[in-house]
Amino acid sequence: MTQYSATMPAPLDTAPEASLQSRLRRAERMNKLKYGALILPLAIFLMLTFVWPIAALLKRSVDNPEIITAFPQTSALLRGWNGQALPDDGVFAAFAGEMAQIKGTPVLAAAAKRLNMEVPGFRSLMMRTVRATPLEAGASAREVLIDADPRWGETATWQLLARNASPYTMRYLLASLDHKVNEQGKVVATSPEEAIFVDVLLRTFGMSFVVTVVCLLLGFPLAYFIATRPVKTANVLLMAVLLPFWTSILVRVAAWIVLLQSQGLVNQALMHLGITDHPLQLVFNSTGVYIAMVHILLPFMILPLYSVMKGISPVYMRAALSLGCPPFRSFWKIYFPQTLPGIGAGGLLVFILCMGYYITPSLLGSPNEQMASYFVAFYTNQTINWGMAAALSAILFVATLLLYAIYTRLVGSQNMAARAR
Amino acid sequence: MSDDQNKNHAEPHVTFRKVQKSYDGKNLIVKNLDLDIQRGEFLTLLGPSGSGKTTSLMMLAGFEIPTGGEIRLNNKIINQVPPHRRNIGMVFQNYALFPHMTVRENLRFPLTIRKLGATEMDRKVTKVLDMVQLDEFGDRYPQQLSGGQQQRVALARALVFDPELILMDEPLGALDKQLREHMQMEIKHIQQKLGLTVVFVTHDQSEALTMSDRIAIFNDGVIQQIGSSTAIYERPANPFVASFIGENNALSGLVETVAESTCRVRLDSGVYVHATLGDGVVQGARTIVSVRPESVQLNVQSLGCANRMGGYVKEITYLGDHLRVRVELAGRKEIMVKAPAAEHKHRFDTGDAIHVGVNPEHLLALAPTASA
Ligand SMILES: Nc1ncnc2c1ncn2[C@@H]1O[C@H](COP(=O)(O)OP(=O)(O)OP(=O)(O)O)[C@@H](O)[C@H]1O
Ligand SMILES: [Mg+2]
Repeated sequence: MTQYSATMPAPLDTAPEASLQSRLRRAERMNKLKYGALILPLAIFLMLTFVWPIAALLKRSVDNPEIITAFPQTSALLRGWNGQALPDDGVFAAFAGEMAQIKGTPVLAAAAKRLNMEVPGFRSLMMRTVRATPLEAGASAREVLIDADPRWGETATWQLLARNASPYTMRYLLASLDHKVNEQGKVVATSPEEAIFVDVLLRTFGMSFVVTVVCLLLGFPLAYFIATRPVKTANVLLMAVLLPFWTSILVRVAAWIVLLQSQGLVNQALMHLGITDHPLQLVFNSTGVYIAMVHILLPFMILPLYSVMKGISPVYMRAALSLGCPPFRSFWKIYFPQTLPGIGAGGLLVFILCMGYYITPSLLGSPNEQMASYFVAFYTNQTINWGMAAALSAILFVATLLLYAIYTRLVGSQNMAARAR
Repeated sequence: MSDDQNKNHAEPHVTFRKVQKSYDGKNLIVKNLDLDIQRGEFLTLLGPSGSGKTTSLMMLAGFEIPTGGEIRLNNKIINQVPPHRRNIGMVFQNYALFPHMTVRENLRFPLTIRKLGATEMDRKVTKVLDMVQLDEFGDRYPQQLSGGQQQRVALARALVFDPELILMDEPLGALDKQLREHMQMEIKHIQQKLGLTVVFVTHDQSEALTMSDRIAIFNDGVIQQIGSSTAIYERPANPFVASFIGENNALSGLVETVAESTCRVRLDSGVYVHATLGDGVVQGARTIVSVRPESVQLNVQSLGCANRMGGYVKEITYLGDHLRVRVELAGRKEIMVKAPAAEHKHRFDTGDAIHVGVNPEHLLALAPTASA
């Protein structure tokens, strides 16, 4: 025992503790620096192609440049306004002056479009007003504006301008969560008939969850089967798992349409076998979306599971059996917990990919199956509303990060072993 | 071969009867294995790689099913009993500690299955941790332990549920020499203290010689010899055992005459020697006489020996406490001699003529390997 104890770590809580700890930390820091230098090129690449674009996109979700670019002076004045009574003449004058300056430019059009988003009809209000500018010398700006449109005499109109007088806005993010800022400047829920995004987000999470669970249920036994085969067989089986990657997603989705439609192979087979006497609706509804999504994402579940299972020595099961544990319980208590990192990685991968899926639901689903990314595409391609597109993306992004944090917390505390390795 | 067993009158703890095993239906990996293991015995299975040691152990543990024959534990046939019902503790080569459980959880695992109460469980775990001197490490994960500590945990886990017997398959193979020797002592002490029946598989013959009550020498799926360390070393049953255990000089010849326990052999070089008669050696048959290097005497020391031969010194290697001398005998046969350095240093040199002598009790006439 005496010679042996020399190999045990000496207790750290002895006298020269502080210096030892600082030395350890210094040694580790040197190591980190060395590794840091090695990954620097990769880090720069990631910065430029990954972090920066995402950050720029996320910024778009709170960007509000239109009013401030069009009316910088008015905006500055309105920020000092109390919002109770109509603003004073200086504000009116500045506004009229700036209107005149941007008359006929795209800047005005952008500002008008932006305000019209919040209060329908504001575009025509702006256009009517701009026609009254520039003011004749000596004319009162207040009178001219109110003359052009009486709404300039209402505080609400100015409040709208004041609300948008800052370079950032929560409007898009709130809208993505079916909330808005009302005329009193309070955050309130949008009316039920306009509220759609919470439903869309919940549906996105729900569908992703179902797809992930189905992938896990199908993928786990398959991965286990492959991992327990001899190398040769396993390689062939893995090839089969990867086979779908050889064709494009679009082709596979199209193939599913052909297979699942009412006159498709699947329905014909079902009717031949007498399982059903009329064609089942298998596509352009949630069934079709689930079938295709599971099919497309299954390899992403199988591969991490397989690689983790491959690393679990069969000796553990034998050890459990030799300790008296019946086979099924051994599997559950000894094998299964060791596959958790694989389940976590595969689940996370499938879930995250699923949340961003666009083509499959848009081709195979009805409007009721559209997920968040459909609306992101809608806002970028059709209405050119970058703010909304970015806000929806940001919410998906934050949700993903949250999920990842939960995952690492769970796996981290559960699998202390992996960290110690 | 069975004279050791007669000392023990109680019925054997484990018996193998005509046990066979084939993986492919063509080759027998284990051929007609007959083996009695006594209660409280430390039995080692020793043999070259691929000789069927692990396979035999796995059949006893229940992970492999014998193709023929029967295995009894406490006189009950256990061929069909699944491994988890055999109550046999096992220490694996790479320990197989569950990586997602702490040391304590690993030790509690077999007890939980046996539905022990919490206090009883804690008592047993603490006791066994104490026995392997790991009391402070209960809350660590296996990866946070050194190889030797993991080895102790594996041993503790195999002991904690009071199994019928303990099987170990090269449990010390991954440790360095010093630690291995230390663990050999520790395992042996625990085995003796608890009176455990242990079946131990190893490659390492010095490990086998120091730890075992009896050693079973395997080759090609057949037990070549089974007996105590001294019996195996001093009276090998056949040339395979003689050359497998320790160093050995083998000279072939013809048996001329046979007396009670000795015989006269004419070596191929024409020299006559007196040798101890081994199993199955008969008059007129060919034989291999075998002698350990340390039993060969040189020059002055050889004077009193019954068998003396002349030769030339081919090579001398100095090893501190002893010399290794390669001697060429008549007929170009070479033998290795291990001589105490103090007696022979500077007495002769390479190329010198030299006398070698062997007493008949150290010269064994063995039947040429027929079994393998
Ligand atoms: N599962 C198996 N399938 C097929 N052949 C096997 C299997 N396990 C072992 N063998 C073969 O059986 C023979 C004996 O193997 P075994 O593992 O019993 O040897 P061993 O004596 O333990 O050797 P070592 O000292 O190298 O561990 C070897 O030739 C081996 O190739
Ligand atoms: Mg082996």
